[in-house]
Amino acid sequence: MTTDVPTGAAFAVPSYQRPTGVHPPLDSPGYRSSVLRAPKQPPVALPQRLTEITGPLLGAERVTAADADLTTRHGGEPIGERIIVTGRVLDSGGRPVPDTLVEIWQANAAGRYAHRIDDHDAPLDANFDGAGSSVTDSAGRYRFVTIKPGAYPWRNHLNAWRPAHIHFSLFGRAFTQRLVTQMYFPGDPLFAQDPIFNSVPDPKGRDRLICRFDLQVTQPDWALGYVWDIVLRGPGATVFESQPEVHR
Amino acid sequence: MTLPLTPSQTVGPFLAMGLPWPDGPYVVPDGTPGAVTIAGRVLDGAGEPVPDALIETWQADPDGRFAHPDDPRGAPGPGAAGPGFRGFGRCPTDPAGRYRIVTLRPGALPCPDGGTEAPHLDVSVFARGLLDRVVTRIYFPDQTAANAADPVLSAIGAERGATLVATAEPGGPAGRFRFDIRLQGGGETVFFDI
Repeated sequence: MTTDVPTGAAFAVPSYQRPTGVHPPLDSPGYRSSVLRAPKQPPVALPQRLTEITGPLLGAERVTAADADLTTRHGGEPIGERIIVTGRVLDSGGRPVPDTLVEIWQANAAGRYAHRIDDHDAPLDANFDGAGSSVTDSAGRYRFVTIKPGAYPWRNHLNAWRPAHIHFSLFGRAFTQRLVTQMYFPGDPLFAQDPIFNSVPDPKGRDRLICRFDLQVTQPDWALGYVWDIVLRGPGATVFESQPEVHR
Repeated sequence: MTLPLTPSQTVGPFLAMGLPWPDGPYVVPDGTPGAVTIAGRVLDGAGEPVPDALIETWQADPDGRFAHPDDPRGAPGPGAAGPGFRGFGRCPTDPAGRYRIVTLRPGALPCPDGGTEAPHLDVSVFARGLLDRVVTRIYFPDQTAANAADPVLSAIGAERGATLVATAEPGGPAGRFRFDIRLQGGGETVFFDI
């Protein structure tokens, strides 16, 4: 059904909380690549209107079940430690985000990306391309089978190494909720020297980027299991923006 | 219940492994009647091209409607934009920092508190060196009256607001627009906190 809202009349739209203090500051000079790329001007506050509170509802049409298993897409078994990574996509109100696209990419077990510009002197694996995608179920749950990525050097500073991580891309249901981030593994000794991980201002925020080992998710004689829940911006209250002075 | 949010991290230099889609730049299929092309470059603070960025766009259909349950006006009318209209576009930059989106021009939008937003696309820019996406908007140069009444452009003012208005490709065919994104420095694009 189509309901026309006359221009000029007030109507209600959902609103999303502003993520104050959660995300890394763009100006983080310890991360060398940010120096010429981070904007210098402060961002302009944009009211959340129709374009911001809607977004692409990308789901099952973009993936097949095979896309969530990064270990079976080529002729043979990739080298490395087989793992299961699963969790839920939630909003900050605790509501699951169902039917939403989750995309991942990562290095192989040796710490090498299957990308032409990665020149790290570590072997490629013909049986591992390192990219996968999945759609959350009705409870917001996703699940990947993959190989535990290796750490790798990256020349940001002397003896710089990235902790092992998997890149995650999430849409949620609104443009405001879009998130690209990285998942790390518990107890990594490389955390302390990594400017990307440490760009998150709050230590508790950094902890939320680390998955946890879970024996229940682990499959006997086959693969270790890790759990990582992802929380996207949730509702402020549904607001009815009434500004009588504009209705003259 | 309030759960703490998951922080953002950079897409890094290898996003091309995971994020581009073959049909990504096509908000509508190539050859759709009325389709326009928006193309440009992403540049850093030294004016150098950014060859490892990803541009994503989100927009209303030509009637100013969204196929989304939170649009309080309900579903778009049948056939308004055609079945191939996705509203969403995604394009990685090439070695010269160039991207390209093929889409239909969006309609104007009513504001929740009254007034009208001029036709626009919301844009996310991801890149190595950006620890969080940056968000901007693309407006159209031939919507002079609508742009003048747009609450976002009006609040920013003409000088910086000009960074949000695409230009018609000089001497190019109709329906081709250029929109460069300057991440930093002279002529820095306006980015939004949403």
